[in-house]
Amino acid sequence: MWKQANWEEPLIHELSRNGKRKQGTIIPEEDIDVKVDIPDKIKRKNELEIPELSELEVVRHYIRLSQQNFGVDLGMMPLGSCTMKYNPKVEELAGRLVENYHPLQDEDTVQGILEMMYEMQKWLAEMTGMDECSLQIPAGAAGELTGVLMIKRYHESKNRERDEMLVADTAHGTNPASAAMSGYKVIYIKSNQEGLVDIDILKEIVSSKTAGFMLTNPNTLGLFEENILEISKIIHSVDGLLYYDGANLNGILGVARPGDMGFDIVHINLHKTFAVPHGGGGPGAGAICAKGELKDYLPYPVVNKESDKYIFKTPEKSIGKISSFHGNIGNVIRAYTYILGLGPQGISQIGKMSTLATNYLISKLKGVKGLELLAYNRPRKHEVVFSAKPLLNEKGVTAFDIAKALLDRGFYAPTIYFPGIIEEALMIEPTETEPKETLDKFIEALKEILEESYENPAKIQQTPQNTAVKRLDQVKANHPTTITPSYRVLRLREKGIIKILK
Amino acid sequence: MDYHPWLPNLDYEKEMLSEIGVKSIDDLFKDVPEEIKLKRLLNIGYSKPLSEYEIYLRLLELEGKNTKLKMPPFLGGGVCPHYVPESVKFVISRSEFYTSYTPYQPEISQGLLQALFEYQSLMADLLEMEVVNSSMYEWGSALAEAVLMAYRINGRKKVVIPASTNPYHKKVLENWTYGKELKIKEIPYNNEEGRINLDIAEKEIDDGTAAVYIQQPNFFGIFETDIEEIVDFAKKKGAVTIMGTNPLSLALIKPPGEYGIDIAVGEGQELGLPLNFGGPYMGIFATRWDGKLVKQMPGRLVGLTVDSEGKRGYTLILQTREQFTRREKATSNITTNEALMAVANAVYISLLGKSGLKKLAEEIYKRSHYALYEFEKKGLGKRKFNSDFFEEFTIGFPISYDKIYENLKVKGIYGGLKISDKDAIFCVTEVHTKHMIDEMIEEVRKIVETS
Repeated sequence: MWKQANWEEPLIHELSRNGKRKQGTIIPEEDIDVKVDIPDKIKRKNELEIPELSELEVVRHYIRLSQQNFGVDLGMMPLGSCTMKYNPKVEELAGRLVENYHPLQDEDTVQGILEMMYEMQKWLAEMTGMDECSLQIPAGAAGELTGVLMIKRYHESKNRERDEMLVADTAHGTNPASAAMSGYKVIYIKSNQEGLVDIDILKEIVSSKTAGFMLTNPNTLGLFEENILEISKIIHSVDGLLYYDGANLNGILGVARPGDMGFDIVHINLHKTFAVPHGGGGPGAGAICAKGELKDYLPYPVVNKESDKYIFKTPEKSIGKISSFHGNIGNVIRAYTYILGLGPQGISQIGKMSTLATNYLISKLKGVKGLELLAYNRPRKHEVVFSAKPLLNEKGVTAFDIAKALLDRGFYAPTIYFPGIIEEALMIEPTETEPKETLDKFIEALKEILEESYENPAKIQQTPQNTAVKRLDQVKANHPTTITPSYRVLRLREKGIIKILK
Repeated sequence: MDYHPWLPNLDYEKEMLSEIGVKSIDDLFKDVPEEIKLKRLLNIGYSKPLSEYEIYLRLLELEGKNTKLKMPPFLGGGVCPHYVPESVKFVISRSEFYTSYTPYQPEISQGLLQALFEYQSLMADLLEMEVVNSSMYEWGSALAEAVLMAYRINGRKKVVIPASTNPYHKKVLENWTYGKELKIKEIPYNNEEGRINLDIAEKEIDDGTAAVYIQQPNFFGIFETDIEEIVDFAKKKGAVTIMGTNPLSLALIKPPGEYGIDIAVGEGQELGLPLNFGGPYMGIFATRWDGKLVKQMPGRLVGLTVDSEGKRGYTLILQTREQFTRREKATSNITTNEALMAVANAVYISLLGKSGLKKLAEEIYKRSHYALYEFEKKGLGKRKFNSDFFEEFTIGFPISYDKIYENLKVKGIYGGLKISDKDAIFCVTEVHTKHMIDEMIEEVRKIVETS
């Protein structure tokens, strides 16, 4: 039986309360005759409330914490839309190339880094069917914001008044959020019975107000939008632009390219499709790529090659900056090693093998009591969304319960309750990196949980039991009288200095 | 392709297909229009899968194309070279942290949640602000998000910032706020002191002002001394106050909380992160204990709670602010952030502790002052502004700075950031030994005296 460590580890502040003088590292000191003399008006008045510990105490504390955490190196993380693939260890060699270089150094002192960036731009453009990429974006959502701002500037330059951004109702929440951040009105396009964009509705909504359409393909149900060429025609017929949210690129990588489907702008999540470790939710890295005249709007810098020298360029109508410097280059280079390791032959297998894994899971789970599947006979790509609604109706066991029961069996849970159009959604993405043996174990675990839900629902509703803690009290966590986002709040509340958050 | 270490199912293809009940993988893509199917190998990489050793050689080759410097660069501009202790690297390379995901399933992610809670807590005490989110991308985007948050709170469109704001952050701010059509207005600095011109600030901050930004220390490395006054102007007009800060300097100077600032932003790179040629960095974002502010905060927050047996635990809180539930009404579109960098900050701050942080800040203060004094003592340059500073100083040379900088580069020394023909900003930290500083200044002397 799998069991997670549980150290009942105190907070770092609680490990250091005896007022003894300790330090975990030596600060180098030079014999310099300068007095630290801060003007009284701006001097810090209160002593720092920071713990003091030895090196061992700090290291042991965080290593114990790490043992109460679950990553891909420990087991499968079938999180739909997140592409939690294995992060090849060779990537860890890569950091050293960029670690000690300052982003404001001249191009001529960092030719090696620029060469890597140039190759990455070229390869990512090739894989997405775009003309040019910029590596400015630190994550996918920032890529969407970039893309939407490019769309905005593009229409402005043509003196077009466009204030509506279309978004599929299956889209990631980031799409409407990014559109709204850029000042657009968000119009949702409903899906049809098959889980695809409803072309008739789209035709009705599209107008001279349409700035663009943000889409993922395959969509969040794992379905390929088979009418993509028609969709592209409809959007382009009113001079709108088609934006590709790259979160689901893994399902078609090497099989088909967004550029060939008619997309104008694409963002890529290097921490999904190109195996940069997720780091507990970040840092990621990304690229924003564009086709035709849109490439002139890319954020700067873009690396160009001029007679054997790599230089930074600002595209002609660049929207400006997204990051203060060059983007998360320390992670871009990790993705670079991943591409080198796969080569063209390996990359061409990604879409195929991730799709094979998903459909294998489906075939093993088809007809299992408690789950249902929309558009039963359509092949999925990188992910599949089952609904646990039958189980809820029959036994009162929810997708949330199933997720917790999976944790108890040493699996991370799929993404749940997303997309919103599927009730009690379980969104499973196996990726191409999980061996068939692991897929089989996962399938078995899920079937076991469903069977158990029919025999003894209470048992499933009381999971997890094997994790560091049991189910957490979300009400207490969020209630204005008990909400505690820092140790400082705990301290000040005990002293009666701070009250209800209102 | 019949095998690859990262594609374990290549040899299972037939078996899995027969389980699915189709003949070939192509059958799984029958919904992809034929005319858009890729009929060739992609033109990427080096024509075949490289072995780990070959990848290593390629990285070495690239590294060889960078200029090897004799000492860390004297470059700042918002990020500075610092030493990263091994134990920080060691902790963040634990698989359990670095291959994990956003802790949406808290019971199995307590380690990361607690580490992020500790980051939030340590940063809260440095800033003397109560609520710190678990990271933004970097300082520039944190500032942009703070301004957008101010706009959500009061609906006003004018943003007042000092002309001495870091220009790289300014560019990010301009672009991120473009869609909301916010107008950015700069307050000039006083030429003598390099500090915000108070009279103009008072005039500029009006009833239409959404937010007032102060950067401490400012782009020139200088301490602003009239923060109370500016906060006062802003509060009188109902504008949101935002302070940008270098967290390391807070061991010595008044933190934003002491001024009653609404939102604090800053760069966590100063606390145990390498330069990474631009990222990953770590955007700090914090607010006062005020529901109006906290409700509008972007990004993820970790909070304390109990589990069903009453045991202490941690979980993500106030998630209804975020894009996955709120969609177009979310406080931000951010999802992937810089979580692991926040953990690095927490380990670094814990490792130095109260005394270590103060000592490091003092050492950086001393070394940067020593460098400027030496330049001046030897008659090689003069401070541009007559104000105290931290980590970075602005210096005017008697000759064109390009010449100095090019000559230094030949010697494997990277000088400061040029800001005009004869002026540059130098950054000096704990990685620059006294010997290195002396050597750099000696090289500058040779250049200046032969000109």
